[in-house]
Order: sequence, then C-alpha cells, then structure tokens
Amino acid sequence: MRLLNRSAGRLSRHRRGPIAGLVVLLLGLLLTGGLYAAFAPAQADSAASQEELVKEGRELFLVGCAFCHGQNGEGVLTQSGDQYGPALTDVGAASVDFQVGTGRMPMSTPGNQAQRKEVVYSDAEIAALSAYVASLGTGPAIPDAEMYDPATLSDEEYDEYVTRGGQIFLANCTACHNFEGSGGAMPRGGFAPKIRGVDPKHIYEAMLTGPQSMDTFSDGNIPPDDKKAIIAYLDTLNEQPSYGGLTLGGLGPVSEGLIAWLVGMGGLVAFAVWIAAQTTRTSKKKDGADA
Amino acid sequence: MKTSDVASTNGSEPATPKRGAKTAGAVATWADDRLGLAKATKGLSLRKVFPDHWSFMLGEIALWSFVVLLLTGVFLTLFFDPSMAEVTYNGSYDPLRGVEMSRAMASTLEISFDVRGGLLMRQMHHWAAMIFIAAMMIHLLRVYLTGAFRKPREINWIIGCLLLLLGTIEGFTGYSLPDDLLSGTGVRAADGFMKASPVIGTYMSFFLFGGEFPGDQIIPRFYAIHILLIPGILLALITAHLILVVYHKHTQWPGPGKTEENVVGPPLMPIYMAKAGGFFFIVFGMTALLGGLFSLNPVWKYGPYDPSKVTAGSQPDWYMGWPDGLLRIIPPWETHIFGVTLSWNIMLPILIAPPLLLMVLIALPFLESWITGDKREHHLLQRPRNAPTRTAVMAALITFYGLSWAAGGNDIIAIKLHLSINQITYFLRGAVIIGPILAFIITRRWCISLQRHDEAKLLHGYETGVIVRSPDGGYAEKHLPISEEAAYVLTARDREEVYSPNGTSDDSGVAAPGGRRAAIAGKVRGKLSALMFADNVQKPTAEELHESQHHAEHELHELEHQISAGPNKHGPSSDH
Amino acid sequence: MTDSHEIEPAHGGHHGELVPDEPIANPGMPEHLPRPTDVDPKKEKRAELQVAAFFGLSAICTVLFAVAYFTLDIGSNWHTFGGVGASTVALGATLGLSMLFIGIAIIHWARKLMGDHEIVEMRHPAYSEEVDRVRALDDLKIGFEETGIARRPLIRNSALGALALLGVPAVVLLRDLGTLPGDALEHTIWGQGGRKIKIIEDGKEVEVEVPLMRIARDAIGTPILASDLEIGDLVNAQPEVLFNPGRYYVEPADVHGHELQTHKSKASLILLRMEPRDLKPGKGREDWDVNGIVAYSKICTHVGCPISLNERTTHHLLCPCHQSTFDLADSGRVVFGPAGRPLPQLPIAVDEQGYLVAQSDFTEPVGPSYWERDYERDRFAEDD
Repeated sequence: MRLLNRSAGRLSRHRRGPIAGLVVLLLGLLLTGGLYAAFAPAQADSAASQEELVKEGRELFLVGCAFCHGQNGEGVLTQSGDQYGPALTDVGAASVDFQVGTGRMPMSTPGNQAQRKEVVYSDAEIAALSAYVASLGTGPAIPDAEMYDPATLSDEEYDEYVTRGGQIFLANCTACHNFEGSGGAMPRGGFAPKIRGVDPKHIYEAMLTGPQSMDTFSDGNIPPDDKKAIIAYLDTLNEQPSYGGLTLGGLGPVSEGLIAWLVGMGGLVAFAVWIAAQTTRTSKKKDGADA
Repeated sequence: MKTSDVASTNGSEPATPKRGAKTAGAVATWADDRLGLAKATKGLSLRKVFPDHWSFMLGEIALWSFVVLLLTGVFLTLFFDPSMAEVTYNGSYDPLRGVEMSRAMASTLEISFDVRGGLLMRQMHHWAAMIFIAAMMIHLLRVYLTGAFRKPREINWIIGCLLLLLGTIEGFTGYSLPDDLLSGTGVRAADGFMKASPVIGTYMSFFLFGGEFPGDQIIPRFYAIHILLIPGILLALITAHLILVVYHKHTQWPGPGKTEENVVGPPLMPIYMAKAGGFFFIVFGMTALLGGLFSLNPVWKYGPYDPSKVTAGSQPDWYMGWPDGLLRIIPPWETHIFGVTLSWNIMLPILIAPPLLLMVLIALPFLESWITGDKREHHLLQRPRNAPTRTAVMAALITFYGLSWAAGGNDIIAIKLHLSINQITYFLRGAVIIGPILAFIITRRWCISLQRHDEAKLLHGYETGVIVRSPDGGYAEKHLPISEEAAYVLTARDREEVYSPNGTSDDSGVAAPGGRRAAIAGKVRGKLSALMFADNVQKPTAEELHESQHHAEHELHELEHQISAGPNKHGPSSDH
Repeated sequence: MTDSHEIEPAHGGHHGELVPDEPIANPGMPEHLPRPTDVDPKKEKRAELQVAAFFGLSAICTVLFAVAYFTLDIGSNWHTFGGVGASTVALGATLGLSMLFIGIAIIHWARKLMGDHEIVEMRHPAYSEEVDRVRALDDLKIGFEETGIARRPLIRNSALGALALLGVPAVVLLRDLGTLPGDALEHTIWGQGGRKIKIIEDGKEVEVEVPLMRIARDAIGTPILASDLEIGDLVNAQPEVLFNPGRYYVEPADVHGHELQTHKSKASLILLRMEPRDLKPGKGREDWDVNGIVAYSKICTHVGCPISLNERTTHHLLCPCHQSTFDLADSGRVVFGPAGRPLPQLPIAVDEQGYLVAQSDFTEPVGPSYWERDYERDRFAEDD
C-alpha cells in the first residue's frame, strides 16, 4: 500500500509541495517588498529607489518594448492607421507584470493573439518595467499575495472560498475558459487560453486588466475577495485528483467521443477480428489416425 | 425446389462423447422430461451454423453493450433519485457543499462520491451507451455495404434503423438525467427545438416541462422514458431483430462450397456459443476498463444546472453531434410572416434533416430493389466494390454525416488546430454540399477501378513482381494465374443488366398500360439503373476466361523461354 | 411491394455442373485441415494450460476487485494513484481484466480445442410452403367474408370512426402535463420593478410603487453602482429581486427552486461598459445606456444557450453552443452564425443612489424564437 497517498484526495492547500510553497512565499515577499517600496511615494527615503527603478525600467523599455509601444509608451500606429502596438500610458503595473511575467510580451510576431511562452525578463527586470509603465499614468497596481493567494486562507475559510468561488467561476469564467479552465475558441481565430495551473497572481492580474481581448473584471465588477474565491476554486481544480480516471484534456464530450470510437470501438473490432480469424492449420496428420 | 448439395461437412463427426458430455446429457434429459425442450430444438437446432467473419461480430458489440447498459443501469437506479426538488448539497464533494441543486444532481454526486464503485458504474453506463450506438452504426454500414439488407432481410433493416433512432433518444434522455450544467444546456437547446416547431411548438414545450422551462418535471419524465418506455421498445425490437436473424440464417461471403442455398460455418453449439459468449465478456471487460481508466462526464465540475451559466466546449455526446453541427453551420434563416415566426435555422438542422436522413436510410433497400427489379432472395454477400453506385451512395451519406459531425466540434477543432472558427464554419457550409457529391463520384470510380483490377487478376493472373528482361532489351512483369478458389470467389457474383423501359409505348404510339405516370417511372428507373450498372465491370463468360487464360499461358511460356535463354538465370517459374 | 416468389438462385454454381453463364464452377468445400492442437498432443496440452491460465488470471483479478472495494476509500478523502481516483481505477481495471480474461479464455478454448469442423446447413426460402400459404389466405378470405365487412359499409365506417375517435382520450389525457403558454414567454421578472401595487399596511390598503429593478452581480448577488464599472468591464448579472425579493414585494418562495431557474432562464443579463464613442445606439434606444454601459439579454436568440463570450476589443459576443455572434455596440446585431435576431437589449438607467436599474422589462421576448412570436408586437421594431 505504499503507492497510496492517504491525504492526496483531501482538497486542501496543504497538498502543494513544501518547496513550491516556500518559493512562492519568498517570491511574493520579495516582490511585494520591492513593490511596496516602489509604490509608496509618501516615504521620502524610498523615493530615490523608486526613481532608480523607474529609470532602470525605462532603459529596459527602450530596448525591448519601444519599437511597438513607442518611446514613451504612447503606442505606435501603422501607416494605414491601425494600432501596431497599443498605448501603455494607463494600463498600470499589473498589466505589465501579467504580460511580461507570463512571457506573452515581448511578442514574437505582432498581430496575432499573444501566447504564453518562456519568460524573457528576470523578476527584477519585470518589477522595473512595471514600475516604469506605472509611472506613465494610471492603472491597477500589482496585487499583494494577501489578495490573491489561497495559501493565505485558513482551512475553514478555504472551503468556503472554494464553494463560493466555484459558483462565481461558473457564472463568469467558464463560458470562455471552459469548466476545467481548459480554454476555448473565440471569434476569428481567437482563443481563451488554458487557465489551469497558472500562477494565482497572474490570474488575478488578468481579471483586473483584461489582457488581449478579455473583458476586465475590475474590483467594482467582481470584488477582490470574490476574485480570491475564484482563484481558490481554480486551485482546487488543479489539486483535486481526477476521480474518474484520465481526463483527456478536460475538453468535454468531443474528446470523450474520440475515446469511445478509437479505444472502445477500435479495441472491440480488433477482438472481433481475432475471434473470427482462421486458426492456424497444419498438413500433419494425427498419429495413427487417418483423416 | 431442388436443394443444392454443393457441400456437406468437410470432416468427420466428433468422437464419442466423454464423461462430461454424459453428465450434461443427464441434466438435459431431466429438463426435457419436465419441459419438453428437445421438441423446441427441432426448429432451432443447437448445431445452427454461424459463418465466421469479423464483420459479422459488429452487431454483437451492440447487443452486448446493451446488456452492459441494462446491468449497470439497474445498479444506478438503486441510488439515483429522479427528483427536481431543491436541496442543499451536503455530501462528500467539498467544492459543491452548500450549493443548491436538484435531488437528481445530488444523488448523482452521491453515486460518484459516496457509493463505492458508483462512479465506475456511472462511467461504464455512459461508455457503454456511446459504444452501443457506435456499434449499431458500423453494423448498419457493414450490412449496407455488403448488400445484406436485400430480400428477405428488408424488415430487419427497418428494425435496425429504428433501433438506431431509439438508441439515440435513449442516450439523450439518459445523459440529461444528472441535471448538471452541460446536460441542462442540452435540454435548454432541446426546449428551443421544440419551441421552433410550427403551430404546436410552445405547447409541446410547456407540456413536456410541466410548465415554463425548466420547471420541476423534466427529469422525472425523462427518467420514465429512459428506464421504462424506450428500453422496453428496444428490448422488443432487439428480440425481433435476433429472431429474424435466426429465421433467415446468417448471410455469408461467397467461397468454395458456399451457395445461395446453404450456409457454411462452425455450429452454434459449441463454437459460436463460446465465441459469442466470450465476446460478451470482452465487451463487458472493455467497458469496465474504459469506465475505470477514463474520466467521463465529470458532473461535479459542471455543477448543477443553472440557466444563466454555460461552459466553453458545450457539446452533446458524439451521436447527437451531427445535428448539433448542422445547427452551427446553418445560416441565420428566420421568416416572419402573418405574425408568426418560422425558424429555419432550427427546423432545418433538427426537425427536418435527421428525420429525413432516417427516411432515406429506411428507403434504401426498397429504392434499390425497385431500380434493379431484383426480387430474388440473396444470402451471399457482395463486396462493396461490386456495387459501386450503392457504395458511393453510402460514401456520400457518410461524408455528409462526417462533415456535419466535424461542424459539431468546430470550436475544439479551432483551438486544437489554431484555426478561425468563422473560417471553419464558412468552409463547412460549402463542404456539406460539395463533399458528398465528390465522395459519390470518387467512390464510384474507385470501386470500378478495383473491379477492373479484379478482372485483370482473373484474366491475366496476378503480378509476381518478377521483372524479366528479354534478349532484345525489353522488360516485362511475370504474371501467374491465381488459384481456382480465388478465381471462383472473384466470379461468384451476379451479372447485372441495365433496365431499359421498353414497351412503354409501342411503335404505333399507343400508350402502354399504366399510362404516362408509369412511363415516366419507367424512364426514371431506366436512368437510375444505368447509373447503377452501366459502368460496372461484369465478370467474364466462361469462353472469355478460357481464351484469356490460354493467352496468358502462352505469354508465360514465352517469358519462361526468354528467362532460360536470356540474362535472367532464375530458373523455371515452377519455383514460384 | 409485390414479391414474386419463384426463387431462382441468385447465381448457379452447383457442384460440378457448369452453368453456361458461369466462368468457373464452384470448387466445393476445401479439404479440412487439422490444427496443430489437433495433431500434436504437446500443443494441445499447452493450449489447455493457456486457457486454464486465463481463467486463473481472471479469478485473481476478481479477488483483487473485492480487495480494492474494501480497502480503497472514497468520499471526502479519496485514495489516489498518481493523481487519479484509486477506487474507480482499481475497480474498473480489476473488473475489466477479470471479464476480459474470461472472454479470452473461452475464445481461445473455442479456437484451439473445441471441434472446428465447419458444417453445412441448407437454407429454406423465407416464405411458407405453398399449401400453407394458400390455406392461410383462404382462412383469411373466408373470415373476412363471414364478417360481411365488405357488404356492410355502414358498420365498417362507424367502426373505423369509433376507433379513430379513441385517439381523443389519448391526447386529452396529456393535457394536464403542463400549463398553457399564455404570454409567459413575453415577460421576464425585470418587469416587477416600477409597478404600482396595493399592500396592506397597518390594516389599511395602501398603494406603493415598487422600486425600479436594480441590476445585481450574478452568483454574488450585490447591486451594481454605475461608478463601479470601468471601461472594458463585462458583468454577468441578474435582477436584484432574485437575491432580495423583499425589496420588490415578492415572496421568497417565488424566487426559489425551479421558479428561480425559470426566472433566470429569461432574465439573465450581460452588462458591458464600453467607450461611449464606440456605442452606436439603435433608433429609439438613445437613452438605453448609462455612460457607455449597455445591458443585453444573456439568452441566445438561436436555441437559448447563455452567452457571455465577449471580445472586449470588438464588443462581439459569441455563443459557446453554436457560435452565433452579436455586436453589443450595435443593438446586439447578429454578425455571424445561425441566430436569426439580435440580442434583446434592456433599457437601463441609474436610481437615486447611483445603482444601475432597468427602466422597464425587455421590450421583446428573450430567448429562442417560437411560432407565435409576433414581430409586429415588439415594442421597438428593428430599425431596418
């Protein structure tokens, strides 16, 4: 019975690996610490480091972003007047942290929907970029771990958040992102990405800022606590075992039908071929018998 | 009628029964003393012959998955509560605890989370349902493509078509029972279909739902339909289907010793008893493996039905996929006239297309026998290539079905292949019309080419792959005659004649009996008959065959002479 | 369909005799060849052992099934194997394998060890012997003649009429399956706001005006201030009465259980705030938005799926069921897909506290079309 993990089925935040939790915590502390310093203009002594950060961010911006978004984040138009890179003056730090932190920016080719890919910048560089863009105008700031991280909830709270979050998730998110967060199709080649297994901070930021074609779910739309509940539910979806066996990508009846035909019918027809196949024959005769 | 005596058993009878058989005999005697069972086996021999071919087992998959459905279904009824009374879920699945839902949904969760083996049974039941309908469909294809639907089996064909329809309805009512978000969305769409029906649509909807959608009646009513009404009819029709199979005796492929008047194969007792019985265990086992290894319809993730919620990838089960696909690609056609609304965008894909396709399916045997004028009984199967037009008709129907089916998954295709859902839809709008036409033409030509290939094999022998160079530098491939058995199989088929509507009017212009209408029908029949037969390759006459074989033999000698004289020192062909 | 019953075999091929048409005579049954297990006792023994082994494997799996049943936990504390539910997988695998092994054993037994002589059975045409057929037809004819049904059209017709009328009870009995539609499909619970109703207060009947229906967040239940929303926000919303019936003088029981479901199936709402300059209000709809906030029915006009897949940048709303796409900046016009009519728009305003409210009910029936749906009666016909 060593294979059995008695607690694995428990829908609890304790199931995350201890190191992962530590890393998230450290990252969160680092980031929030750094950003708290960056966004606390009232404190005179941090103003210098804040300026430093913005300056560093501007340098990075000029190298990596300005080609599409303009020297001062004002956006770039094509000759025909289409938006080449949108203006970033009022998108806020959360937007930058999401887009760059999930590797969507910098984009490989303009025009298409930005895809999640390998992250190019280091955490410190992302913080600097965020700080710079935040300094250009208004827009949502990067949330605190307290706001999004279900690990900060007690066990009883967690259960309540998951139940509430599930209903809000089904009312607001599944239409595009599917009941398991597997994603779905949008008009004209667009798609809603898979959101299972995404960093809670990025989910929070996505709701806040509405990346690409996504609607925004500002705090006036879905209050912060309910956003956290959604993230707690997604966390449960990630963590809970697949009670009924392999999930086939969580895409619903299409993949199920495929399995029924390929595995079910395929297997049964193979058996049918075996059952009806000619058995091997021999030209040998039984000893003594004369057929 | 003179019964043919081409073949009798090709071996000796089994040896004297041993002890085990004696015990069995004693039990049988005991039973017969009381029930007179042996009398009953007079008409229904236990040594009834069942020919061996893998494609004859396809219907059995459907039969056995139906048995699995009955067994697992009974288990589920022990725990399922088909009530729409609102309760607060308080079971084992944490993320839904405290959520309001119907008793139906709550008891489904109970089956899944609080009954050991319950989730397995639910999943087995659902997998078996998908396999049941899939098996019926490919069984239908086999029967059609081999001509097994011909006289005297037309009634069984109709029963089969009805089984397919009933199986589909049974599936729909079944997967709607948990009252989860996905199936509820399907029921909501079904409500839309009903409301779109002319004149009585809204009344149908209000009566079925016991008031305004969704009401609190639909689940108990579907339950009664699902576990009583349709299974009863299914059981009766399946029984009739099997009785007719026994009565007509199974069809067989042409071959040495096989004729229209006999049926050759292993006996039911013991071989097919064992093979069919064993296959039941295999179907059961396969369903259990699927049920245990692959997650199916995780209702706990969909949550209870709520008319304001929906999920991406809202698809029905596969067998409802093709009308759903038509619903997706139909243009926005709606007529409003005289204060009423005609929703073609619902009626065409749902209320017209599926019943129409079923009618076409049922009509196919009668249409074919009308065109061919063939009123004989047929028990020898045809290879699909030997009925090119028939095969092409099914290819066209299946292409239509397949494209509509693909349309039903257009969103999944779009995200998996990185395509635009709009472009897929535009493409499929055209493809469902053009695709079947192309499939018809290509399949028909393809079949005729295969017939030509067969004819060449028959007349000139098979290609050995041995290339021979003649002394003067030319190359030729050596052909060898095929075996007598193989040659016989190739010729064991009917010679077809194109019907020509002669005598519709005689030379003096007097109309034939039946008048104009019969004349037109005759002309149509002649045209269709030409389409069916005119381009087919007919088997050679005995004379033609003899001549060409003589010719081929001569060529072979020639070639062999060249081999022994020329640079190829292969030795004589008798090695091959 | 008339059947001719002179059965001629579809083609000849009687043994030995060559029908002139047939190029090759039926060669007859091939010689029976024994299987290796028939002639080689060693192979026979091996096959026997194999069959027994498969039965044995099946028995082992069945025992394991029972073991799995009693040892693996489900409920709120599932055992798991590599991230999947252990109970389901173990039970399915053991049951499946035990069944498969039995099947394999039986078939292997049949293929290798049971007698394998093909036997020949003669067919008989499906129809009855001529004598039986004649007798049955005669009986039928005599029977019919004895009823005199052909000579007595009065009896025949009255009998047919009486039998046909029996369809009436069958249909009538179904009447109580449900209520009649009436005008239920033309109204939603949004219309509960802004009515004048009479209530008894302190023993006196007083007329009160129900407040205009506030728009509330779906699943959360709180009403929405116009100032809550930012540009680009999409809210899945419901009438507040579903969460707070007392404020609208509605009994809680009327917005509970299946009543609640019925209300939601028509009243569900999509709220979207866009740049006011992007908005192209339809004729007569100039005052239906609040500062770029527009409200549309969430129920697709094709077959009624809830629809909320919005593209913020284009304001195109996609239905996940059949991909009808509506332009929310342009009166819910259909831009793609099978839906035949625009999404109904709900006229909205703000109340004194700044909450978003519905000015009235929808001005046309929401959801899928139906036969009686009369375009002339839509209070705001389409502008074209």
